Amino acid sequence: MGKRVGLEVSLAVAEAVKLANVDVVSAYPITPQTHIVEELSVYVASGELDAEFIPVESEHSAMSAALGAAAAGARVYTATASQGLALMHEILFIVSGMRMPMVMTVANRALSAPISIWNDHGDIMAERDIGWIQIFAENGQEALDLTLCAFKIAEDKRVLLPMIVNIDGFTLSHVIEPVIIPDHAEVDAFLPPYQPVLKLDTQNPVTFGPVGVPEVYTEARKQLEQAVIGAKPVVDEVLAGFGAAFDRQYKLVEQNGKIGAKTLFVTMGSLGETCMTAVDELMAEGQDAGQTRIRLWRPFPEEEFLAACAGAEKLVVIDRALSPGAVCGPVASELKSLFYGRPGAPEIINVIAGLGGRDVTVREFKEMFALAGSGKLSGNYMMWGVESHAS
Amino acid sequence: MSKQAIMAWEDLALGTAILSPGNAKELRTGDWRSLKPKLDEEKCIKCSLCAMYCPEFCISVDAEGFYRPDFYYCKGCGVCANECPKDAITMGKEGE
Amino acid sequence: MLRDVDLSGYEKVTAKNIPWEKFITSGHRACQGCAEVLAMGMVMKAAGPETIVCNATGCMEIITSPFPQSAWTVPWLHVAFENAAAVASGVESATRALERKGKLKKRPKIIAFAGDGGTADIGLQALSGALERGHDFVYVCLDNEAYMNTGIQRSSSTPYGAMTTTSPPGKKSIGQRTWKKNMAMIAAAHEIPYVATASPAYHLDLFNKVKKALAVEGPAYLHIFATCPTGWRSDPAKSVELCRLAVQSKVFPLYEVVGGQYIITQKVKKPKPVTDYFKLQRRFRHLTPDAVEYIQSRVDEEYARLEAFEKATAPLEEVAEPPTEG
Repeated sequence: MGKRVGLEVSLAVAEAVKLANVDVVSAYPITPQTHIVEELSVYVASGELDAEFIPVESEHSAMSAALGAAAAGARVYTATASQGLALMHEILFIVSGMRMPMVMTVANRALSAPISIWNDHGDIMAERDIGWIQIFAENGQEALDLTLCAFKIAEDKRVLLPMIVNIDGFTLSHVIEPVIIPDHAEVDAFLPPYQPVLKLDTQNPVTFGPVGVPEVYTEARKQLEQAVIGAKPVVDEVLAGFGAAFDRQYKLVEQNGKIGAKTLFVTMGSLGETCMTAVDELMAEGQDAGQTRIRLWRPFPEEEFLAACAGAEKLVVIDRALSPGAVCGPVASELKSLFYGRPGAPEIINVIAGLGGRDVTVREFKEMFALAGSGKLSGNYMMWGVESHAS
Repeated sequence: MSKQAIMAWEDLALGTAILSPGNAKELRTGDWRSLKPKLDEEKCIKCSLCAMYCPEFCISVDAEGFYRPDFYYCKGCGVCANECPKDAITMGKEGE
Repeated sequence: MLRDVDLSGYEKVTAKNIPWEKFITSGHRACQGCAEVLAMGMVMKAAGPETIVCNATGCMEIITSPFPQSAWTVPWLHVAFENAAAVASGVESATRALERKGKLKKRPKIIAFAGDGGTADIGLQALSGALERGHDFVYVCLDNEAYMNTGIQRSSSTPYGAMTTTSPPGKKSIGQRTWKKNMAMIAAAHEIPYVATASPAYHLDLFNKVKKALAVEGPAYLHIFATCPTGWRSDPAKSVELCRLAVQSKVFPLYEVVGGQYIITQKVKKPKPVTDYFKLQRRFRHLTPDAVEYIQSRVDEEYARLEAFEKATAPLEEVAEPPTEG
């Protein structure tokens, strides 16, 4: 039933990729993704992993080579962060549009300028419309487990889409945590070999990537949209199947703290764990506090999120990205759309926090809670902790 | 609602791939032609250079060994006439 | 530095065994007299059916694949403009892994096609990376000397003095202000097993270069000259003739670089003046006699340099004899 070890989370992700028997790894180094792909290159060099490691000359080529490999019928993995993800941007749309399954870890990191190697979600929030399944891990075990699930989800015949597993850069990728590494046989039983539906095959030639004339482009995008929306029950099913096989349960949206609380924090990623501690303390102090953690970001789990927030009057939505000039942060914007016109919709208070590696502490979450309760957090959003002459 | 689409989205192949290789041969590019090549069989030495240099890949050998363009595709570019070492091909106005 | 290159898998093409089977069908939508599609079709005839094609965005992609029709009868993949070499890297690596794991019987040949913009400009980084990593594939640059698909804008492969929509001649400009980027030599600088220039007007030379490029283990680069009558403002009927004149005037010499050894495959003993080549194209008609004289002298100089390369890289014990054109 696997072995429990203390492991850097990046290495836990690399273990998952090795256990998934990938055929091709295509990667370009960028902090804080490097430890994952370094480890994979070691596995390939030692023969522990029978795969081709393509040390490409840019992230643009990393994604392009990954696409080529997927089109040839291989199980493919890559990882990146920040500027690297931005450089891939053009190709990300093509991978999903061509329905090429693959798995990518994004070790979330702030975007330049100024250049920052530290964690926030600015990189992935700029990629909301790429048509990939996107999920967020909160801890090392989850990072490993979701990576394994991601291959099974992406390759499911009902899905056939690429998938991103987000792990917070440094604050998750570089911490050492106790992690259970499953046995290879258990993983093989859970994740069967990839059977592509269409591939580059000289015996059965197909044309991939033709010109989408106006008479077909809309329908092509509809096909993609339906695939992304239709992935949700498959994600749910695969996570449930994983839970049954490995005894670790993951849902699309998680709740903690007081169920039915009037004020809920909404978090995504590893900051959720700090927030959890704050919520526990608030509850111990007799406060009406809870928390909703979004695990699956694309497709957005609407029903699950609404159910998790039932009865809430205020949502304190933590965004780890700024969309300059927008009405609010990207997660809050999504939630405002979701709640618009619904009777009894909660007030949405948007806090943009933790940019470029800025710490958000347990105490700060409790301060947010107090400010939300007193009605002092108003306006479309506030940027938390900005040093200013005005403050 | 005006119908502008080729097909319903449900009927598209995965990722909008084309599963019938070479089906561009349905396209009648011969409609583009304003000049038409004419072969003088007396001059033709059956060297095949016209077929070699045809950008439409539409010239093939017939039962008598002459190289003939398929006018379903021939766009009338005139490369065959220009390259013919014996000046056996002349370009005339389409329809004459 | 000369290196041994294993050409044992190479089968020579002569007038007796010309490959005629086509893998790009008629019904493609190239302009009348397009030498680029002609060149691409010739490459495919030499390559055969066991080939996967990775095509960069550009004329050749759009004229062969507007949905729902495809002119391709081999597996074909188009991703984007600048990444054909990277995509081919991925295809090649996948076929290697799958063959090793028993999921693929035999690795197919892999050819990447891109235009001059997709090669010398936006795709140069991806190409350099793929050549340096040593993937076993053939990269073919189909060079029509400008961005034709977008409307005849200049690229770094546009020749000096040529008129394009972004290098217009005027009081303060001759047209294209820079000399054509030497892509074949840039590829050769990667010390890959095989590099060659080719022209559809010299079809046997072209077929044999494709065969050699496919025979070597590792990357090969072919730079193929291709008239664009639309962009060059030339008579479509003259497209192959222009490809020939470019060689005969030394504007585009045909050579190969085999393991570092330069071999001129079509020696130009009695060169035609560049004006013979220029006068069939309206993109050069604004050139003054001074400009033509400058171009002629530089063309001569570059050909002499190529001859010097050939001499300098010839094996010491023998002098390479160029194969004769059939």
